[in-house]
Order: sequence, then C-alpha cells, then structure tokens
Amino acid sequence: MSEQNTNKKLLEVKDLRVSFFTPAGEVKAVGGISYDLNYGEVMGVVGESGSGKSQEAYSIMGLLQSPGKVIGGSITFEGQDVLSFSKEEMTSFRGSKVAMIFQNPMTCLNPVYTIGNQLVEALRAHDKTISKPEAEKRAMEMMELVGINNVEKRMKQYPHEFSGGMRQRVMIAMGLICHPQLLIADEPTTALDVTIQAQILELMKDLQKKTKMGIIFITHNLGVVADICDKVSVMYAGKIVEQGPVDDIFYQPAHPYTMGLLRSMPRVDAESYERLIPIEGTPVDMLNPPEGCPFAPRCDKCMKICLKKMPPYVEVGENHRSACWLRVQEMMNKEEK
Amino acid sequence: MANDEKILLEIKDLRKYFPIKGVKGPGVQAVQDVSFYIKKGETLGLVGESGCGKTTLGRTILRLYEPTGGSIIYDGVPIYENPLKPDGTPAGKAKAVNMLPYRRKMQIIFQDPSASLDPRMTVGEIIGEAIDIHKLASGKADRADMIKELLRRVGLNTEHANRYPHEFSGGQQQRVGIARALAVKPEFIVCDEPISALDVSIQSQVVNMLEDMQADMGLTYLFIAHDLSVVRHISNRIGVMYLGSLVELGESYELNRHPIHPYTQTLLSAVPVPDPKLSRTRQRIVLQGDIPSPMNPPSGCRFHTRCPYATEKCSQEMPKFKEHEPGHWAACHLLDQ
Repeated sequence: MSEQNTNKKLLEVKDLRVSFFTPAGEVKAVGGISYDLNYGEVMGVVGESGSGKSQEAYSIMGLLQSPGKVIGGSITFEGQDVLSFSKEEMTSFRGSKVAMIFQNPMTCLNPVYTIGNQLVEALRAHDKTISKPEAEKRAMEMMELVGINNVEKRMKQYPHEFSGGMRQRVMIAMGLICHPQLLIADEPTTALDVTIQAQILELMKDLQKKTKMGIIFITHNLGVVADICDKVSVMYAGKIVEQGPVDDIFYQPAHPYTMGLLRSMPRVDAESYERLIPIEGTPVDMLNPPEGCPFAPRCDKCMKICLKKMPPYVEVGENHRSACWLRVQEMMNKEEK
Repeated sequence: MANDEKILLEIKDLRKYFPIKGVKGPGVQAVQDVSFYIKKGETLGLVGESGCGKTTLGRTILRLYEPTGGSIIYDGVPIYENPLKPDGTPAGKAKAVNMLPYRRKMQIIFQDPSASLDPRMTVGEIIGEAIDIHKLASGKADRADMIKELLRRVGLNTEHANRYPHEFSGGQQQRVGIARALAVKPEFIVCDEPISALDVSIQSQVVNMLEDMQADMGLTYLFIAHDLSVVRHISNRIGVMYLGSLVELGESYELNRHPIHPYTQTLLSAVPVPDPKLSRTRQRIVLQGDIPSPMNPPSGCRFHTRCPYATEKCSQEMPKFKEHEPGHWAACHLLDQ
C-alpha cells in the first residue's frame, strides 16, 4: 500500500509489439501500442475477441504462451525495464508487484487444495520469512476484506464448495495478498451474473480506493467500463484506435469504431424502441490483416487513404487521442485556417 | 408488432423437475408452475440469472424436456396436458400429442453456435436435414434452391453451403443456426441466448436480422437472455424469472420504468449502463449472498432469503402471481397490502 501521489507514473508501455509465429504465418496480435498508467488509476481496455487486449496484458506479466513473443517496444514499471528481467526477477515481480485475475476463477484455482492452502501458498511464495500461522492470519484478513463470511470454515473448504462469485472473490484476495501496485483484471466479471457482477465491481472499486493500486481492466462490456474506469483504451485488431478519459470516450468519441460500438448497443435507460445501428462486416482475420487502418473495411466513413496507410495519432482533447484519417484531415483544415 | 390479439402459445402451471438418482424427493425444481401466454407475432423476453430455469423453461415448452406437470397449449391445441391438483401434485398420466408436426411449427436457436452445429456436416447438409425430415422439397433442385434462399436470407453467400461450420466466424455460425431454424418455415421460435456468445459489434447485426425476419414472416419469439438491455430492446413484453418461478411480467418499457417486484428492481439496477455520468449518480441495489440451490429452494417466496424487504409472511407463504396493473403481473406479498 504505497503512499505515492496519484499523478506519478506506475507503468509505461511504449510501442509494444507481440507476434505469434504460427505455421500459417505471423499473427501480429499486438501491433505497437503505447500508454501510461498512474498510481491509483483504473484503465479500461475494450475490444472484441482477438483484438489483442489479453495478450497485451499477458506480456506485462511475462505470461505469453509460445509461439507468442514480444518482438518490440518497452514496458517500464516503476522505472524498471520489465522485458529485461531474468526468470527469477520475473517470478518475484509477478505476484508481489503485479497481480492478475482471470475470467474463469474455476480454472485458476486448484481443485485438490483448500482455499486457505492456496492463499497461504501465494503469500509464502513471495515472502519466505513469514511463518505459517502468520500467513494464515493474513489470508483470513484478506478473505474478510473481499467480503467472505465465516472465514475460518471457508479456509478449510475446496474451490467446488464456493459459488462463482465467491471464487472470484477468492481470486481477488489471492491477487491482493502481497499488496501489488498493479492489478490486471482480465474480464473478471464476464462469467458472472449481473447481480454478482455488481457485487464484484463494488468490491473492486472499494479495494482500489483503500489500496491506491493501479488497475488495468480488460473487458468487452462498455457498461462495466463506464462504471469503474478513469480512462479507456479502445483496441481493434492489435492497435489502440482511441484512448482518452472515460467521459470523452463516451460523450465525444473520435474514432468511427468507438462511435459504432456505442451506437450498436441498446441503452438500458432508453424510453422507447430505437432500431440498433450495427457495425457491418466481420472482425479482422489476423492472419491477413488489411493494409492501412484495420477498421477501414468496416468503416462507414472509409476514404481512399484509409485502405493504404495506418493513420497517426491525433490529439483531439486533453489526454485524448485517436488514430483516424478523418481527425488528421480536421486538424489540417484547422491549421490552414 | 403483435398484428392481432390471437394467442399462439399458452402455458399453465408448467413444471419441470429433474429427479436425482439415489435422492428422495422432487429433485431439482428447475421450473416451478409458470404460466403465461404469447400472442401471435409478439416477442416475449425471458430474463433471469443463470440457474433460474429460463433455458429449461424454453426447452420444456418445445418438449425437448418432458414436463413434470401443467399444460402447454399451442394454437388452441393442448400438446401436453397434466393439470395440477389443488394440493400441487400432477393429476395423473399426461395427455400428450405426437410432436413431429409441431416441430415444423416450433423451432429453437441455441446459445453456442459452434456446439449446436454438427462439425462433420456441411452447412448445406445441416440446413437440408430439416427440409428432408419434414419432406418440404419436391425434388433435388427445389431442395438446393431452398437452401440457397435460406442462406441469402440470413446474410451468407450461397456458395457457403459446401463449407463446414469451423470455417465460419461465431457470428456466421449463428446465422447458420438461424437458417436451420427457418428451414421448416416455423411460426414460433425459442431464441435461447442467441447473441450471448457473439462479439459486441456482431450482436446488433443478429438482433436486427431477427427483427427483420419477424416483420417479414410474422414470427413469434420467446427470447431468452440474461442481458436485460437487449431483451428490452427486442421484446414486447418481458418475464422475469427467479429460481424457477416467474416473479414479474409486463410490457417491456413499462417493466423497465416501473419494476414492482424487488428482484426486478435489483436486477435492473445491477445492469451496468454505458454512460459514465449516469453510472456515477445511479443508486445500485447490491444483493447479499448467492442464488439458493433449486434442489432445496427456500420456503414461501423463493426470493425472501435475499430480499431487502422480506417479512415473516414471505418465508412462510408463496405469493400468488397476480395482475396488479393492466398487463403487469407480479408475485410479491408487499404488493398485496
């Protein structure tokens, strides 16, 4: 639980590139993305399946599965270069500095060990000096913190005796037990029902306030983003197409993909029937990505240049940037005037 | 959308229990005495958390699961009848019709498109199988034309008929599933979470297609989903289920504006809205605990263990499902006062 002020950089990712070398060819899962995350900030990463949002997070954790490889760029965490870590350094970095929670808690918990056992193991793996009773005490405190009742009994139970929501709470407890500065949450509520999702989101907001950690929240649900995030990166086909404060993304979207996503969803507060406006076409085939802007083939405002060249980022507001030729055009028109 | 007031499907006290081997008693009480009707050309939405029995109800209506009691009346004809006695037990042996002619009229679209299509059949064979079973084609050429027309109808290319399901994306697979349901020219389709497995940008495409088909062919839908915003968008009326029982039923926007059952109120407040300012000011009702087991449901009102307004009476007596305002039904003791 660090006392750093919230304007200090916790994580800096620069031009990160991740590729998968498959028999069918190179898949550029992450094609050069950059962002900063400050202490105490929650960043949402939005995108559809295959947009590279999970792979980007795995590379911070050093969890990329073969044949995936970081082929370029840098990841800096509290001034340290994460990509240059040795295996031992990575092991101690993972868990104690950065923790991750996953979409499906059942597949992440070991079914043959008790919950207490697994929490204690997570703690002792990083703090070899802590005694077993001390570790058990910390584990119980952690379980209480994430809202699990009847802790002593629950410690002795196995994962199958927990419901989905309770398992996700255990995962959060396990992630936070070593007080990491950064929590990466990969679709933590997608497998849960809405009422349980509401519980978990409230819990995460509450813990974030208490611990001042940074959170990267990966999701495809824009409602969840609006609820928990301070800023948002919208990913499409391995690229961040738009990035900005949460209000700007929702009220002044500057990329046609973001606009399309927002338009295509029915709103829960709509008063009467409005026909949905879908994004036409199908997601990108990452083996044969289109030249130029990856969204161009589905974009209703596509121009000739979009099919040829990837647009550069344009600042469209404070800390709000978008990669779209339309915005480039607007900027040039403004300069002429 | 309902072009006339004719009732196409009506269920009365429909019940489905799944006995458990070696355990005495009724077993899993998945659907508990649910009654409603669906008018011709209408869409009835069904929402609830996982395990509330909404999928079981959908399948029981089609008699893919044989009901335990109650009755199903399709177009004036009872296709299953086993009324409950006043003490709640089924009267005796069920009267049931041969379903084959009704399979032509009642179809289903499944949640997971990749699991519901046979991987060893081509798309043409999958769609053609339904045509063959009901002998709808007059010859080979006619059959091929029908398949082509169906593929066109769901937005696929006619040459896709020779491909296998794995060659398609999730959205396209779901279109194949829809084409298969349409192959027999049904009147009534159970849509069981047809879009939950799809990417956000594809969901609205499929929703719009379902709406267009309904307008063109006068279809009637039972639309099952857990995403309230989509259900409200597509449905004329919505039923809310909790632990096997229907707790509220009403016109969709009315239900959204004035939910009268405490569970519906909770469910609505738990849905994250894609609007950061609104979600900051919105009051969210967070339920304690998890959904109880349908093997051993609570006495009285099934929601009383989690209801913030529960009284003595709620734990003893099951509330009756009553019409509180015209067209707005609910089962709650609070509303009786």
